[in-house]
Amino acid sequence: MTISSRPAGRSVQLMATCLCDAFFDSVAKATVEVLEHAGCDIEFPENQTCCGQPAFNCGDWPASREVMRHTVKVFEGEKPVVVPSGSCAAMLFHGAVLEFEKETDLPAVKHLASRSWELADFLVNGLGIQSWPGRFPARIAFHRACHTRGTGSGDAALQLLQSIQGLEVVPFGEAEQCCGFGGTFSVSFPHVSSSMGCLKLEHITAGNPDFVVSGDMSCLMHLGGLAERSGKPVKPLHFAQILQSALHTHA
Amino acid sequence: MPEQKVELFARRLDPGVQKAVHDNSAAGTLKRYSILGGDYDTPDELRRLAGQIRQHSIEHLDTYLEQAEKSLHRHGAHVHFAVTAEDACQAVSGILERAGARKVVKSKSMISEEIHLNDHLATRGIESVETDLGEYIIQIDGDHPSHIVKPIIHKNRRDIARSFEREGLGDYNDDPETITRRARSFMRRKYLEADAGITGANFVSAESGRLVLVTNEGNSRFCLAAPRVHIALVGIEKVIPSDADLAVLLNLLGRSATGQQLTVYTEFINGPALTGRPSGPREMHVIFVDNRRSEILASDCREILRCIRCGACLNVCPVYRQASGHAYRSVYPGPVGAVLSPLLAGKKFKELADLPKASSLCGACNEVCPVDIPIPDLLLKLRNRGHEEHAPSPGTPPMGAFAMLASSPLLWRAAMQGSRAMNLVPLDKLPLPYLQPWLKTRTLPEWRGGSFRRWMKSRHSR
Repeated sequence: MTISSRPAGRSVQLMATCLCDAFFDSVAKATVEVLEHAGCDIEFPENQTCCGQPAFNCGDWPASREVMRHTVKVFEGEKPVVVPSGSCAAMLFHGAVLEFEKETDLPAVKHLASRSWELADFLVNGLGIQSWPGRFPARIAFHRACHTRGTGSGDAALQLLQSIQGLEVVPFGEAEQCCGFGGTFSVSFPHVSSSMGCLKLEHITAGNPDFVVSGDMSCLMHLGGLAERSGKPVKPLHFAQILQSALHTHA
Repeated sequence: MPEQKVELFARRLDPGVQKAVHDNSAAGTLKRYSILGGDYDTPDELRRLAGQIRQHSIEHLDTYLEQAEKSLHRHGAHVHFAVTAEDACQAVSGILERAGARKVVKSKSMISEEIHLNDHLATRGIESVETDLGEYIIQIDGDHPSHIVKPIIHKNRRDIARSFEREGLGDYNDDPETITRRARSFMRRKYLEADAGITGANFVSAESGRLVLVTNEGNSRFCLAAPRVHIALVGIEKVIPSDADLAVLLNLLGRSATGQQLTVYTEFINGPALTGRPSGPREMHVIFVDNRRSEILASDCREILRCIRCGACLNVCPVYRQASGHAYRSVYPGPVGAVLSPLLAGKKFKELADLPKASSLCGACNEVCPVDIPIPDLLLKLRNRGHEEHAPSPGTPPMGAFAMLASSPLLWRAAMQGSRAMNLVPLDKLPLPYLQPWLKTRTLPEWRGGSFRRWMKSRHSR
C-alpha cells in the first residue's frame, strides 16, 4: 500500500532494521553510501531497535505495539524515514496502522506511516532518480519481496538495476511466489517454509544467475541459508549492495 | 516440540498429490493472469470496483435481503431464512417431506457442504445425488472437497477409475472421456427419477429477484429440468444490489476461477413455472442461510463476506500448494478458508485458530482476489484474536522478552554487541527450540551485532 503525498527531500532518517543491526552491517553501509550519493543528509537515531513485526505477525499485538510506540518516539519529526527493507517499511506504513486502529495514539503512528519509505521507492519515486551510474557485470535474478506488492518498490528497484551497465536481469518461473520466509512462519512451519524456498531456488537457479537480489534481507537470509546448506551456486545480494558496487566502479 | 497441524499435514502429504495440487494450481494462476491481463488494460481497477460493489452489498445486507425477498415473492418463489446450519437442514428436509420428495439431484454448492446437508438427508431416508462430476466422485468416495472450484484436485484418474469400478459403473477404465460418459449416462437416469433439485446460487439480485448460477457441466440445468421442486440454498451474503452489478462480477468470476471469460453455463432463474412460463420446477424455494454470517458481519473481519468463491487465492497460495486443501480441516481451504473457517466455527474458534498462522503473509491472495479482500490483514487480526483467547500455537516463540528488549535501547545495544558471542557457540548442538528448525535446512549468517553502529559513529567523529 503506497501512501500518496509522502514527504521526500534529502534530509532523511535511516532505519537500518534489526537484521542489518545483527547480521548485515554491509547492507546498512551500502544504504548509507547510496543515499549519500543521492545527495542525502542522513540522521541515524541511535535508540532505534526493531519495527515490532515479529510480535505483530505472531498475533501478540500488545507486545508489538510496545515496540512500535518506542519506534514512533525514536523517529519523531518531519523527515522521511528510509528503510532498506520492504518488509520493515510495510510494517511502518501499513502494519502499524492496522495494530493501532483502536488505540488513542493512532495519529502519531499514522504520522510515522506517512513518512516511511522503502529504499528503492524513495530513490525513484521520492527523489526522482531515474537511472544509476557505474557498472556491475553480472547476471542477477530479482526477487520482488512480498511486502512491497502493490507499492512502487519492485518496479523502482528493477528500473535502477537495469540502468546499470553490464547487469543482466534473468527472468524466472513462478516469480510472484513467496520465498517461504515469512518471519516466525519459517520456524513454526519449517517444512512448508523450506519447501517453498527450495522451489523458489529451483526456479531462480534454472537461469544460472550469479546473484539472487532483493530489497529485503529477510528473504535473502532464508534463501541464502537454504542455498548454502543445499550447495546451490547462487549468492544473495541486497539491491543496495549492487548500487554501491556500481558507484565504486563509477568513481 | 508439537507441530502446527498444517505443517504436519504437508510433511506427510503424498508427494504425487502435492505435485498434482501444485501443478494444477500454478496452471490456474497462469491462466487467470493471462486472460485478465489480455482482456483488460487495468484488471486491478476492475477488482477494486468489484470489491466496492461487494462491500456495499454486505454493509447494506439488511436492506438488500428484504428487497430480494420481495422480488423473489413477486416471481412466485417461497423464501425461507435459516439462522443455523441445523435450521437450514430442517428447512430443506421439511420442504422435501411436504412435497413427498424421496429422490434429490444436487448441483455443486459450498453452503450445502458447510451445513452437511447430504448427511442430514440420508438420516431422513432421502437419496441425494451430487451431479457435478467432481462432487459425485467425492460423494461415492466418502471424501471431502479439497478445493472450492476443483473439489477433486487431490485425485488422479486412476483413483477415479477404481471408484467407478467399485460403484458398478463399468469395468476399470481410466480414460477421462470414458469416465465422463459413464457418469453422464448414470446422471441422466438420476435427473429423470428425481423429485427435487437442490442448487446453490452464485448471486441473487435484490432488484430483480434473479438467481444466478454458473457451472461448466450444465448439471444445474438438468437438476431443474425434470424435478417438480427446486430448492436453492443461499448464503445471506450472496445478495447483490442489481443485475447491472453482474457485468462486473461475472466477468471476474469465470476469469479468476478457471481462466474462462465466462463459465460454459450461466443461468438466470426467475422463479418457478407459472402460467405463461411453462418450463422449470413448479415449486421454488430459496433458503437464505446465516450460519454465523451475521456474527462475521459484526466483526472486524467482515470483508471476507465479499468472497465470490472463485478459488484464485487457493491457486496462488504457496502454502496451499504445499499442504493441499485437506490440511485446512474445514469446508473452505486456502487463504479464504484460513479466515472464513475459524470465523464460521463460532465457539470452536480455537480449534481452527491455527489456520490464520499457516501463511507467510505474502499477500499473493490479495493480489489475485476478484473482490480485493485484504486477506493478509484479516489473517493478522485473527492471529491477534487467537493470541487474546490463548489458542495453542505450537512453534510460535513468545514475544514478551523480545518486546522488552526492543523497547529498551540500552539493553538492545548490549544484546546486539553480545550476540557476537553466538559465533563461538555450536548453535546446532544447543537445545534452542526455535532455532533448530531453522538450522535444519538453512545456515545462519555470521553475527555482526553492533558493527554498523560503530561504523556510523566513526564516520560522524571524522
